[in-house]
Amino acid sequence: MSRLEELKTRIKEALPGLECVIGWQKGYDPLHNTPLFMRTDADVDKLEWGPLNVHNPAVYLPTFTGKKVGVVVKGCDSRSVVELLQENLINRDNVVIFGMPCTGVIDLSKVKARLAGAGVSAGTVTAVTDDGKTVSVTAGGQTTAMPLAEVRADKCGRCQFPNAVLADAYVGDPIAPAAPAAAADADLAALDAMSVPERMAFWRYHMERCIRCYACRNACPMCVCRDHCIAQSREPHWLTQDDTATEKLMFQVVHALHLAGRCTECGECQRACPMDIPVLALKKHLNRTIRDLFDYQAGVDPQAIPPLLQFKLEEDNIKERSW
Amino acid sequence: MPVLTGKELRIVGFLCNWCSYGGADTAGVGRFGQPTDLRIIRVPCSGRIDPLFIAKTLINGADGVLVSGCHPRDCHYAEGNFYARRRLEVLKRFLPILGIDPGRFDYTWVSASEGQRWQKVVTVFTEQIHALGPAPRFDAVSADMLAKAAAGALGQGGNRVAA
Repeated sequence: MSRLEELKTRIKEALPGLECVIGWQKGYDPLHNTPLFMRTDADVDKLEWGPLNVHNPAVYLPTFTGKKVGVVVKGCDSRSVVELLQENLINRDNVVIFGMPCTGVIDLSKVKARLAGAGVSAGTVTAVTDDGKTVSVTAGGQTTAMPLAEVRADKCGRCQFPNAVLADAYVGDPIAPAAPAAAADADLAALDAMSVPERMAFWRYHMERCIRCYACRNACPMCVCRDHCIAQSREPHWLTQDDTATEKLMFQVVHALHLAGRCTECGECQRACPMDIPVLALKKHLNRTIRDLFDYQAGVDPQAIPPLLQFKLEEDNIKERSW
Repeated sequence: MPVLTGKELRIVGFLCNWCSYGGADTAGVGRFGQPTDLRIIRVPCSGRIDPLFIAKTLINGADGVLVSGCHPRDCHYAEGNFYARRRLEVLKRFLPILGIDPGRFDYTWVSASEGQRWQKVVTVFTEQIHALGPAPRFDAVSADMLAKAAAGALGQGGNRVAA
């Protein structure tokens, strides 16, 4: 029995006690998987596992408040679940976590760029296969082999949690995290290399491309305010509806600062961005700051208190200015 | 105001009602000379200050932001300034990644009796902002910097290839 079949068996065993189990299924073409909400055994048979499972299913958990649901997670998704537990946004008794070791997911933008380089359109994909190391995409009658290490999401290059950090049912043997790839933090290094005025120009350029669709927010498992997001509230009126780069930057700042000490770097904001704006870099910088200041990483320990929800009388790493 | 155009910069101060606002008052009662660039907003506690207040102020064109609250352990509400300290330090380190000079924002603690300390804080901070000059505006980034950004020529390689 393959691991996926074993996982399906485990889910079917647990399904009678659950509202649904959230996972992934084949989407509208072979290149895209989409979220799957399993309510019957027939649904469970649609479950997929592999590098096309790019979505973070933890984003749906807070919408099931009061109901008992299951969720299938990759390592990064499990950190989001743990962070939700840490903040009491979901109840541990009401969530059943299914995990499997993950060897990385693809970055669709990179795959599309490869296909464009091979002269075929991503709209003509007829088959996708993977053997754990290479993803082969058949489009327009020709097959392009892509090493997973080259088309995987940037987050996978620095992944330290390929296994679920918390799971009720774990299928397969946990795998050891790989050494971080050299280019994994290229986005942050590039920003670090810029002068402060250059960074302003960088964000101005990218914010002008932003179409303010809020996909980054909607894909974010930690953005739990939903209909009460201050980006859309009139009272207080944090943001106007003006289509200016300043308003759009302010929204990104709102998103980033609301994630300070909470972001698990699942990369959903950047993956969901239709304009490929590197919004994750803001959160990565914040996480680096949090790590330096408080020696803390979000979504690892369900019992840990997030750093901005506690304090020390004498802070270890905050050196205040003397006037 | 027209007389001061070009001489005065816009500095916004968020002051705790129980300490620093009183400290500023003490400085005034004591007739300590102070720069006039600072515009004060009174808040109930430094813990009331959402870092977004400061981010929004700076992004929308203020030249500097100063936050002042009660000394640690002296908070009127026992622990508001401890939370504030963590948030404000995170914000201070976050600003440069946006392209805002971290010197444009500072936070400190001034008690209601410390009129002289308040005078010093305002003077030093105002001098610091004047040394930095008027804040570069996000909506007025020069065309050639934007062209450089578009070309990915800002010394960066992390910009993803648009598909």
